[in-house]
Amino acid sequence: MDTPDLIICEHCDSVYQPTPLVRGQKAFCLRCGAVIGRGGHMTAQQLLALSICAAIVFCFANAFPVISISLQGLSNEATLWQSVEALAQGRISVIAAVAGLTIILAPMLQIILLCWVLSFAVAGTAAPGFKACMRALEHLRPWSMLEVCLLGILVAIVKLGGMLDVHPGLGLWALAMLTVLIILISGKGIRRLWHDLEGVIP
Amino acid sequence: MSLPPYARDLNLVLCHTCGQACPLGTHECPRCDSVVHRRKPESLGRTWAFLIASLIFYIPANLLPVMFTNMFGSGSENTIMSGVMEFWSSGSWDIALLIFIASVAVPCLKFAVLGTLLITCQRRSQWAMRERSKLYRLIEIIGYWSMLDVLVVALVAALVQFRSLSSIEPRLGILFFGLVVVLTMLAAMSFDPRLIWDAEVEDV
Repeated sequence: MDTPDLIICEHCDSVYQPTPLVRGQKAFCLRCGAVIGRGGHMTAQQLLALSICAAIVFCFANAFPVISISLQGLSNEATLWQSVEALAQGRISVIAAVAGLTIILAPMLQIILLCWVLSFAVAGTAAPGFKACMRALEHLRPWSMLEVCLLGILVAIVKLGGMLDVHPGLGLWALAMLTVLIILISGKGIRRLWHDLEGVIP
Repeated sequence: MSLPPYARDLNLVLCHTCGQACPLGTHECPRCDSVVHRRKPESLGRTWAFLIASLIFYIPANLLPVMFTNMFGSGSENTIMSGVMEFWSSGSWDIALLIFIASVAVPCLKFAVLGTLLITCQRRSQWAMRERSKLYRLIEIIGYWSMLDVLVVALVAALVQFRSLSSIEPRLGILFFGLVVVLTMLAAMSFDPRLIWDAEVEDV
């Protein structure tokens, strides 16, 4: 069976011979214009370092309140988890599950799986369950919406700012950093491991 | 410049999960073990189903209130549009515009684009294929920003809990709105953009 290392555009099925790209270069499909390759991926070590960093920041983003408000001497604060819980009321609790998936569960799983897969990849071996982990990462990507959550927090701050005293919490700064980190580590760059670890994948 | 060959001409199939070029006729990707399809299975039918379902849910999502605000004893219910209008009239036109784009413009654009893509693909139209590919990628990128309103309601409902003094509670509308977002995302995922280009070659 010979399956040479060809690139197939996932938007129009055109086949290309891969060419090495340097950092910052992008390859576009001639037929449909989609990006089919990017140059200068991070090494496994760099990705692992960022993933561990993301894991730490994730704990901060979830442990500390993202916003706190005060009204006539009373004050209240909310963490990400409390926001998800606020939706879990009676008939609408389905939407709490969706919100929990998009802002807590999906990013958490992405970070755990990336740390697991990459810590083995750094040593040049495939992690146990490598294939399942990589497939899960592909399916999780569209459901991780931290950047939307970040914008949502800013909108909430403006919304409540008119009637109450609103203070951004420590969790908000952590979340902002986490959003950047997730964008850096959760891209399609991880697919490179299939290539790098060829031969050692069971 | 001549265009590159199609995968089918070289007897290849793309694995959607890992990007491997698999030989035609394989059922499982030799590299990542996921199921390989020449085209996403039942793409048009599934996309229509998700699209129609989300269109139906979009009606209660806009008509029903998404949250209930109780401020110093006076309660009021807000729908998505009334929330936008409130921001607009209070002077924060930028936030009003942001919420309008995320909650109204993006879902409507998705309905229109997916509908256009489905109809043109069913008619095997060769019209503006490159542009239609770009439209598909656009709605893939912007689609999930509609979750904005759901997360805003979650946040303010979690924050404003001062018992009798003031409180904000989510209402049924937000469930429908969230489902619209999820369903349109599923619709975009089940649509296969390669069907746009199949009009050029396949004579089924």
